[in-house]
Amino acid sequence: MSSRTFVALCFLPLAIFTLAFLALPLVRLILASGESEAGWAIYLEILQKPRYLSTLIQTVVISVLVTVAALAISTTAGLFLVRNRFPGRGVLLSILTLPLAFPGVVVGFMIILLGGRQGLINQITPGHVVFAYSAFGLFLGYLYFSIPRVLLTVMAAAEKIDPALEEAALTLGASPYRIVRDVLLPALMPAMIAAGAIAFATAMGAFGTAFTLATNIDVLPMVIYTEFTLSANIAMASALSVILGLVTLAMLLIARSFAGGVVAAGG
Amino acid sequence: MLKSPAKLLQLTVTLLACAFLLVPTLQSVLAGVTVNYFQGVKSGLTLKWIGEVWTLYSSSIFLSIWLAFCCLICTLIIGVPAAYALARNPGRMSRVLEEFISLPLAIPGLALALALLQVYGSVQGFRAHWSFILVGHVLYTLPFMVRSVLSVMAAIDLKTLEEGAASLGAPAWRRFIDIAVPNALPGVLAGSLTVVTLSIGEFNLTWMLHTPYLKTLPVGLADSYASMRLEIASAYTLVFFVMIVPLLMAMQWASARAQRILT
Repeated sequence: MSSRTFVALCFLPLAIFTLAFLALPLVRLILASGESEAGWAIYLEILQKPRYLSTLIQTVVISVLVTVAALAISTTAGLFLVRNRFPGRGVLLSILTLPLAFPGVVVGFMIILLGGRQGLINQITPGHVVFAYSAFGLFLGYLYFSIPRVLLTVMAAAEKIDPALEEAALTLGASPYRIVRDVLLPALMPAMIAAGAIAFATAMGAFGTAFTLATNIDVLPMVIYTEFTLSANIAMASALSVILGLVTLAMLLIARSFAGGVVAAGG
Repeated sequence: MLKSPAKLLQLTVTLLACAFLLVPTLQSVLAGVTVNYFQGVKSGLTLKWIGEVWTLYSSSIFLSIWLAFCCLICTLIIGVPAAYALARNPGRMSRVLEEFISLPLAIPGLALALALLQVYGSVQGFRAHWSFILVGHVLYTLPFMVRSVLSVMAAIDLKTLEEGAASLGAPAWRRFIDIAVPNALPGVLAGSLTVVTLSIGEFNLTWMLHTPYLKTLPVGLADSYASMRLEIASAYTLVFFVMIVPLLMAMQWASARAQRILT
């Protein structure tokens, strides 16, 4: 057997598996979205029907807010942890990256423990403060799993910034605020855009957390789920899935053009 | 260290973020071993809830471990040779192929599951079998295995090593088994731990693919959150933590180790 044949054989298991279970299903999904009475106009219908449009807008708004909040928190904490060495630093870092492996359902439960009916906030505050099942609870849930992802990307980038740049700015008389604005943030910008795009894509597609929490609020994955299971509206579920897939794909492509390498999505 | 207000602000944000992530985790651990969560820890500590989780959900836990194991075997069989072939043929086609198999990282699990259901949902023997869930897990974890192995194979000088072996008369398959795979082992190990960790925690795909007789650990978690009392849900989460945290730590250790080869 020639070397070339052997290398081609090495592709064989991959080719069989991905053709059968990735390429074929994705083509089927796209075709299925056009199989309702409306045909391909179903995509127009999504933009016209208030129920779908408001869901889409709501999902985008929550995802944008989560992205901004996660960037603010993780960049602040990440810079602090990169620039300072102190006892307990390792512990803080472990705590901040722990939720990386939590599935979305577990994150949802964490928010219920904080803001649910038997939650911590409800117990320590007078009056009934229950926010777990609202848009705010969803926001916190998404923030929960976004913080570690953004933190790791930002910290990796921050470690590569030359400390001499900051020292130079300092000797030139720049205030700490100016150093952050004119030295650190521009240097971190590519990593922040990349991390932000990943956070946004993950929030758009997060199903587990929404499934645990979202009793009062519709986000795109939940609507896809109910369209498929309750209404058996397969064409609409497929069309919404295609839109969701395209949006996240676009965001991840943006992320990569700025930073290369994609961090785990999902959850 | 805290000489400036800016530093103080940074520390405050860091600590608040830690609290936000850690407090509910600790609450959950505590609630899982508390006799009555409403009355708090003063009602006493117990392992009763863990016991109940075991009687209710042990089959889910074992199914998840079994799936993770099979998923690892599949990703090794599919992913390691593929990574090798990609490393041997760097170029535009390989880039496109790598992009394609990485699609499951970008497309939300729910959409993927929907796609799988539409093609294979009516194949009865397959739909109701655990291998249907396995396909979803392999689809989702495969890119991690391929990337992890490929990055190490690209970093070591595979070409020179193979030329040496070839000049000694080693055929192509021996060079793969005796040269490429052993040298890429740190990448294989990091990839394997990632695959197992992700498979055990996978929910988005699995929720759509599972049947009432085939509940994985995270599906069981969702079930307990919806229908069980808080103590049982917490105890089950505790069991999940005990399984996943060591895996996560091993995964980070192995990735850092593989990373050192690359730099």
